[in-house]
Amino acid sequence: MKVSPLHERWRRFKNVAALTLAGVCAVVVMAPVFIILAYLVANGIRSVNLEFLSSLPKPPGEVGGGMANAIVGSFYMVGLGLLISLPIGVGAGVYLAEFGNTRFGYAVRFMADVLNGVPSIVIGISVWALLVVPMRSFSALAGGVALSFIMIPMIARTTEEMVRAVPNSLRMASLSVGATYARTMWSVVLPAARGGIVTGVMLALARAFGEAAPLLFTALGNRFWNFYLDRPMANLPTQIYEYAKSPYQDWHRQAWAAALVLITIVLVLNVVARVSTRERFRALR
Amino acid sequence: MGVRQASASAGVRERRAGATFWSDRLFRVVVVACASMLGLLLLLFAYELWKSSLLSMRTFGWQFWVSRDWDPVRERFGALPFIWGTLLSSIAALLIAVPLSLGTAIFIAEVAPRWLRQPVSFVVELLAAIPSVVYGLWGMFVMVPWLRENVQKPLAERFGAIPLFEGPPVGVSMMAAILILSVMIIPYITAVSREVILAVPRSQREASYGLGATKWETIRYVVLRYARVGILGAIILGYGRAVGETMAVTMVIGNRPDLTLSLLQPGYTMASVIANEFTEATSPLYLSALTEIGLLLFVITLFINALARFLVWRVTRGEGRY
Repeated sequence: MKVSPLHERWRRFKNVAALTLAGVCAVVVMAPVFIILAYLVANGIRSVNLEFLSSLPKPPGEVGGGMANAIVGSFYMVGLGLLISLPIGVGAGVYLAEFGNTRFGYAVRFMADVLNGVPSIVIGISVWALLVVPMRSFSALAGGVALSFIMIPMIARTTEEMVRAVPNSLRMASLSVGATYARTMWSVVLPAARGGIVTGVMLALARAFGEAAPLLFTALGNRFWNFYLDRPMANLPTQIYEYAKSPYQDWHRQAWAAALVLITIVLVLNVVARVSTRERFRALR
Repeated sequence: MGVRQASASAGVRERRAGATFWSDRLFRVVVVACASMLGLLLLLFAYELWKSSLLSMRTFGWQFWVSRDWDPVRERFGALPFIWGTLLSSIAALLIAVPLSLGTAIFIAEVAPRWLRQPVSFVVELLAAIPSVVYGLWGMFVMVPWLRENVQKPLAERFGAIPLFEGPPVGVSMMAAILILSVMIIPYITAVSREVILAVPRSQREASYGLGATKWETIRYVVLRYARVGILGAIILGYGRAVGETMAVTMVIGNRPDLTLSLLQPGYTMASVIANEFTEATSPLYLSALTEIGLLLFVITLFINALARFLVWRVTRGEGRY
């Protein structure tokens, strides 16, 4: 068969053009990250000061004040969510890794993935119906529970990956010196997988920190300090939302500052998590 | 696989011993309980949503889904404008996000030099890490004014006669929501597509090169074809995200329950009406109607995710990852 040189050149050209186009796509996709970060820094950096970080919000319309209660509230409720989701998530992950090759195991894995895709606003209403309605009050507890529901499937899937990655020889060695299976898991396998699990937990925390939708009708928000579990609590994401919607110029300024604080927390968690264990986890996507 | 042997050997050991250690049994009960929690959570969500929507379901019946009335004052509720808005915004977002995501996934998996892959993947994943409310803030104060001046005004002047670009250019609009949604779902589609593309066996590529195909021909006719089911899964997964996305959309879409085709006009989605009106809803019927929208959203995303996972698994499982 004779190949015409013109056709050959056309194929080469198509090759180069298509591969270049793929590169252009990558650049276009990456651009928003830098654009948004640049705007956050430019609009927020001057407002992130001692007053912002240490004082309560001022009444509507007054200039000044800060978001100390929202920052603390975010940590409080994310911490609460972690307390609930860590044992359940790790337990479920261990089950999936160790006993998960059964029909029930596949079902659980499937449900973890489906749960991961449930919109956070839906989790918000469910927890509202579950806790806020019976307790007759928006509460920090409801907020923490809603965040834990977001973290549980994420933690379960990373734990599974990490426990699976622990070499079998470690289990064999432990069992052969007479340790029970439970002891082997607790003292050998889990410690070996700890680094990876911590990474997954940090990514789950990063997601929980940024979620506003599940907190809108559970924790609600609060303009004052609160440390009680059964009362509404301020938090960064819903505060950003409220301030951005408001008509006040000064609140817009503070919304940018709060967004900068929030993105800093989220990025630090992400970067530390990924740098510490590069390619070790894949389940989180 | 080693791990399977371990659990199997543990099982053998238990059976041989006849009676197992109580600690082993306790351990197993605890982890099974934790695993069951995942399923129970889904049931719990379904039950709570169902219970709270009963009032609305009894009052409006199936009319709720086809009525375009949304009048809290007269307590007449219909979900059609929100269903329409969700469909329009999510599908249009896919149209933008899919080609860009596929291009990026191909770039990362096939084109980029090895040292560049990790950093590019990382930056793309950061897109998924940015909180929704931060996208919303940026969209509201930066993107919306820019769109109004530089895109919507020229469009309205030149193509105002076409239904797609009808009405005054107000900035907060379906168009703004579509753009922000597409940026937000790109990292999900890219990451899963990349995984799926990387799972294509090497022999497939080598066979193609062996026949004299160029790199692009190999990607186009061999890699993408082999991975197409998984890529479809990735797209559906991204679609699920677009349907459920709340905060950013609420902040830029304008929140008006109209049935309009115009991209320049404000719209409303199922997720954004819940976020926007739930705390202001005063009557039980109003709350119940919003919950019923939440229930529909839950059911839709459940189906979408189940389908997507099924497709992605079919591809990646062949490689022995699970």
